[in-house]
Amino acid sequence: MVDQIARLPRTASPLFPGFSLDSVRRGAEAILIPVGALLATAIVFGLFVAAAGADPLETYSLMYRGAFGTWFSWQNTLQRTAPLLLTALCVALPAKLGLVIIGGEGALVMGGLVSAAVGAALIGVPPWLLLGLMAMAGMAAGGAWIALAGALRQFRGVNETISSLLLAYIAIALMNHMVEGPLRDPASLNKPSTPPLGEANMIGSIPGLDVHWGLVFGLIACLAAYVLMQRTTFGFGARMVGGNVRAARMAGLSVTTLSMITCFLAGASAGLAGMVEVAAVHGSAKASLVAGYGYTGILIAFIARQNPLAVIPVALMFGGIAASGGLLQRRLDLPDATILVLQGIAFVMILASDTLYGRFRIFQPRG
Amino acid sequence: MNAPFLRTHANGALGLEAVGMTKRFGGLTALDDVTMRVSAGSFHALLGENGAGKSTLVKCIMGYYHADQGQVAVGEQEREIANPRDAHALGVGMVYQHFTLVPGMTVAENLVLSRSHVPAVVKWADERRALDAFMAGMPFRVPLDVPVSALAAGEKQKLEILKQLYLKNRFLILDEPTSVLTPGEADEVLGLLRRMTREGKLTVLTITHKFREVMAYADEVTVLRRGKFAGTGRVADLSRSDMAEMMIGAREIPHGASRLDNAIGEPRLQITGLKALNDGGLPALEDLDLTVWAGEVVGIAGVSGNGQRELVEVLAGQRPSAAGEVRIGGELYGATRAEIKRHRLCLLPEEPLRNACVARMSVAENMSFRSFDDPPFARGGWWLNGSAMRGAARDLISLYKVKTPGPDAPIGTLSGGNVQRAVLARELAHDVRVLIVANPCFGLDFAAVSEIRSQIMQARNRGAAVLLVSEDLDELFELADRILVMFDGHLVYETPTPDADLSVIGQHMAGH
Repeated sequence: MVDQIARLPRTASPLFPGFSLDSVRRGAEAILIPVGALLATAIVFGLFVAAAGADPLETYSLMYRGAFGTWFSWQNTLQRTAPLLLTALCVALPAKLGLVIIGGEGALVMGGLVSAAVGAALIGVPPWLLLGLMAMAGMAAGGAWIALAGALRQFRGVNETISSLLLAYIAIALMNHMVEGPLRDPASLNKPSTPPLGEANMIGSIPGLDVHWGLVFGLIACLAAYVLMQRTTFGFGARMVGGNVRAARMAGLSVTTLSMITCFLAGASAGLAGMVEVAAVHGSAKASLVAGYGYTGILIAFIARQNPLAVIPVALMFGGIAASGGLLQRRLDLPDATILVLQGIAFVMILASDTLYGRFRIFQPRG
Repeated sequence: MNAPFLRTHANGALGLEAVGMTKRFGGLTALDDVTMRVSAGSFHALLGENGAGKSTLVKCIMGYYHADQGQVAVGEQEREIANPRDAHALGVGMVYQHFTLVPGMTVAENLVLSRSHVPAVVKWADERRALDAFMAGMPFRVPLDVPVSALAAGEKQKLEILKQLYLKNRFLILDEPTSVLTPGEADEVLGLLRRMTREGKLTVLTITHKFREVMAYADEVTVLRRGKFAGTGRVADLSRSDMAEMMIGAREIPHGASRLDNAIGEPRLQITGLKALNDGGLPALEDLDLTVWAGEVVGIAGVSGNGQRELVEVLAGQRPSAAGEVRIGGELYGATRAEIKRHRLCLLPEEPLRNACVARMSVAENMSFRSFDDPPFARGGWWLNGSAMRGAARDLISLYKVKTPGPDAPIGTLSGGNVQRAVLARELAHDVRVLIVANPCFGLDFAAVSEIRSQIMQARNRGAAVLLVSEDLDELFELADRILVMFDGHLVYETPTPDADLSVIGQHMAGH
């Protein structure tokens, strides 16, 4: 008995092995700094709203009502949270390897386009099979899109941040071309789109909620991403590459393989978001797929500090902000770009707050 | 008969007193009531093991840390030094272990840049005249128009010192100034500094654990042990063993393992025609042939920058080879994880935090880099078993005496010596068949040094093929069975250690 106690490290609590005050300090730092940045965002955005002629407090209370005030607004929020969870993963996963991928929008669009094309081509097969094939096609397309950015980085030394962003523009242009040309449904007149899937082939709602199953896919993907990175040998290798590529090479890990697989998974996640948007919301691929979910996902991943579990609450918050946009426009007569202003301020604040880590003594380990 | 304590020297050198310095980090007392007096115009050595508090003391003096107790007097009066800028204003400067120069800028630009007030428009013609005049008055020179990246380590170190003098600092703190220099360069730099102290222009406080340099250059020495003052005195009055005893206390110094007369086995590591490029794309290694047999230590001597780093990086898998092949046990070797495991290849690279660790991962995780995908750390080859990792790490931590708050502490928070021990524990935890070592004792105190050397010798005695790349000739003479000299990317000389002649090796290192 005495021996066992002596073996415990000094700072560990006997009740929770591996628990120590220092990890609480680090954890508090990782939570309080982003929260502080969001408070600063709220103040600056309040000033903006006041300058635009609205009452900031009324604005915030409306935003709350629009996002979480009623059951209806909750459903609206959750509906928008679903793709955000997936596009945030498209940033958070490669970030573990030190890659800054910001082209989730492109992977989402490719996923949506290819899954819609597959869906249109295979109409007639049983809905479950159709949706399964569409999901696989969407994930493969999105995965390939981001893997392309990863390959350019690995084999040609092209900066993955810039190439993924440019690939997103290419993806959007490609979709517009396909939707207006080869894949256009002749019946879609004003708003060109691919042939509709039909009500029977759409992803339904979660029983009891008026929210489609995409939310569940997103939550599962976040949990799976967390487990993959923290609990598996693959994630261990990925974290080694992200932490110090020289050490990873010395351990004999294949940096190329780990990067390519991770980029593929990241793109597959955004591609799934595109497939869900097609199969649960729009019913076909069309220009309205480009709704900025990919870009909001970047913001969410950064606020969540690239942690797949932290992505969940942050995505919920931004789902809420997006859901409340319409209400702000109708009630306060604010321009519809107001929400984008808020996101922009939040992004700048979060990036600026990154420099504060390690600056506050209270968060530093004592040892 | 002590010389009187001087607060200032007529020729400009400053004296410094730090009295009753105490510094606590949380529950740990890093510095406990330490007093050090450095007379103006003296060459003072601050000696101590890793974690003895040398750096902490110096950082308190420089204003990086705020001492909990104690006073610092510079020159004639007590001073409040709140930050390094205050220290510079008083004429106290520090040269760090790592270079603080901008590689892409020329020497002249680096010097002008280092001033606290650089004018918005630099009048280069005037600056050039001032710099030429400054250089003319210095005991050693560095060419002004060369970019810093083109300077050798010794010249960079000289430039760091020149920079401090250019900033008109009259009390110079050097943090292990010779760890990046060859013995010849070290002698040159230290000799010049000593001359300046003799002339009363400068006071030097140097942190070191090289006895040779203390004996040869220092006037006085202050020794710290575990954060406490352990002794001081004039170097002339002290013997090596007096200082060693002050430094490590009554503890016994572990002796290096003795070399066994074991039979040499088969050729285990064979390198033929190897070529590799440096970061600039130029050949760093060419036509390199080398065989290391099981049960021997092959030492590679050479001035740093002659291709040793690239050789180790190729073997580590951190740099692709441009031509040639590496075979281990007859099989082609490409530094994949499977090959590393199959051949039981272990590597102790220099700068372990940069080359072999992930700073933000925990000590336990860092210790399992070689085996995280094997049972018991991986269940089913896929699921990590964190508690098994932590348990194994705890054993290694106690076996290799790694000082860490626990296995979950990020390894980046450990001191350099303890990071080195953690890597050593990881690499030598299992049976080793091929061991590649590069400057394993860089910046380590001498108890740690002899421990690491004994581990290397034990691996050899157990039949491992050991390739030891070192810039420390004493180390090579102690450990190696054969010494090879590397110059300009080629192996230019080979000799069995018993027949080795230091001056011949030195000539080949210099390219003669």
